Amino acid sequence: MSEPALQVKDIEVAYGGVVAARGVSLEVGEGEIIGLIGPNGAGKSTTLHAIMGLVPLRAGDVLLEGRSIRGRSPETIARAGLSLVPEGRRLFGELTVEENLRLGLAARRRGTAGGGGFADVYELFPILEEFRGRSAGALSGGQQQQLAIARALVAKPTVLLLDEPSLGLAPTVVDIVFSTLLAIRGRGIAILLVEQRAQRTVALADRTHVLANGELRLLLTPDDAADTDRMIAAYLA
Amino acid sequence: MSVFVTSGLTDFLRDAVDLQVQVDAIGLGAIFALMAVGIGLVFGVLRLVNFAYGQLIMAGGFALAFASERGWSVAVGIALCFAVVIGLSLAMERAVFRPLRTQSPAVMLIATFAVAFLLQSIALLWFGPLGKTAASLAQLNRPVSIGDVDIRKISIVAIVTAAVCLTLLLVLLNRTSIGLHMRAAAMDFQTARLLGVRANLVSAVAVLISGLLAAVVAVMLTVQFPTVTPGFALRETIVVLAGVIVGGMTRLGSATLGGFAIGYASGVLGGALPTAQSQYLPSLVFGVVILVLLVRPGGLFTRGRPAVERV
Repeated sequence: MSEPALQVKDIEVAYGGVVAARGVSLEVGEGEIIGLIGPNGAGKSTTLHAIMGLVPLRAGDVLLEGRSIRGRSPETIARAGLSLVPEGRRLFGELTVEENLRLGLAARRRGTAGGGGFADVYELFPILEEFRGRSAGALSGGQQQQLAIARALVAKPTVLLLDEPSLGLAPTVVDIVFSTLLAIRGRGIAILLVEQRAQRTVALADRTHVLANGELRLLLTPDDAADTDRMIAAYLA
Repeated sequence: MSVFVTSGLTDFLRDAVDLQVQVDAIGLGAIFALMAVGIGLVFGVLRLVNFAYGQLIMAGGFALAFASERGWSVAVGIALCFAVVIGLSLAMERAVFRPLRTQSPAVMLIATFAVAFLLQSIALLWFGPLGKTAASLAQLNRPVSIGDVDIRKISIVAIVTAAVCLTLLLVLLNRTSIGLHMRAAAMDFQTARLLGVRANLVSAVAVLISGLLAAVVAVMLTVQFPTVTPGFALRETIVVLAGVIVGGMTRLGSATLGGFAIGYASGVLGGALPTAQSQYLPSLVFGVVILVLLVRPGGLFTRGRPAVERV
């Protein structure tokens, strides 16, 4: 067994003097979905930002396929094989769908198979091919979320990080996004999924960590899905 | 209003529509538009108003004068001008802009003020307050006769050069990967970096292009004003900054239009007004700037509200 795709080892992050995450450790293997849930302000986004190099680590380490990426710039980390689908999607609304996808190519490593086209992501999200000439800002919320995921995927990442991809989406659209994640996992990509929708995340992910006050409190498996809310309430009480 | 009373409105209008005045004004507008692009491009990517832009042009002017005094050919002088201006731009980016990239716009603006005065002081020490003269470029300032009007060669050169430079820049921004990366960085630098866009490369390219344009402007301004002093291009830079702000700082196209408009307006007014009145021109220009900002704080050519987080 080779090294896990992503290892987060005992990281600590602080903004000013306030600790936002402490002692967070988790692993994501190839073809695994790992969930990260918890209340607002628990440190979920902070953990993702720390992995991507947007905020400095005060302690701990982040390993991508066994190699430390601590202290690297966000663009270096993206080029090393980590793609983040940021909260709120952060698309370039004035650019076209295709231009947004071309930006995703910036992080693609040299010598990656599959050429420069977007056939892979168009297969996953046919609507994007149809609307490739439209400006991203003109898409619906669900289509924008698909574009944000597609933009992260064209880099051919080893690990895909998603920050609340279901935020603000209608339930039927959430179904589409979640089933897409299964398809992406099927391609051997490791997924770290930060979500507010606890029960659905626990049901989907191979393992789900519960984060509160910047610390991991609980590890849940799909068997716990039905009891998720009760278990979280009991542990965080 | 006293302007019109003393010089006569009809005289003013006749001179303003004169073909020679018009071509010269468009030529000046073209030069100012290039400066506006140079300033606007760096602002777009780095959110930094480079007040030292005029000193880059000044350095280019001194390079031309230096070559001219040694009897070097015009081509060598222009090559030296490009080398000096681009070298200085990249040094500025590496030593000042890049380390301060994450600082507030106010910090960066004051840092570029410091760079501007540093360069001006160095020029004062090396070349003295009277400066140097780039005599060999004067041939470009001669008029050519088209029909019965005399048009200065440099005005035509300026218009053609500006059109070529702006076209090339549009192609770069819209048709290449680095252009796409620069546009994305201008819209949302952090997200662009998360996608793998190299911050240092994008900012270096923006500064490089901005420096290229400064070198082009240095050549064209030195042809028109061959006496290069440490204060060279300072007034033009302030006027262009005003034009960029009037046009709308957040969009390259509208900033360019603003630069052109203020250059053109200065050209027409300067060409049509007698000297006794044209000395009031800068005051008039800045008065208009304040008026425009009071009425349309986001700029004349932008739609919607100004972006609050920007300068």
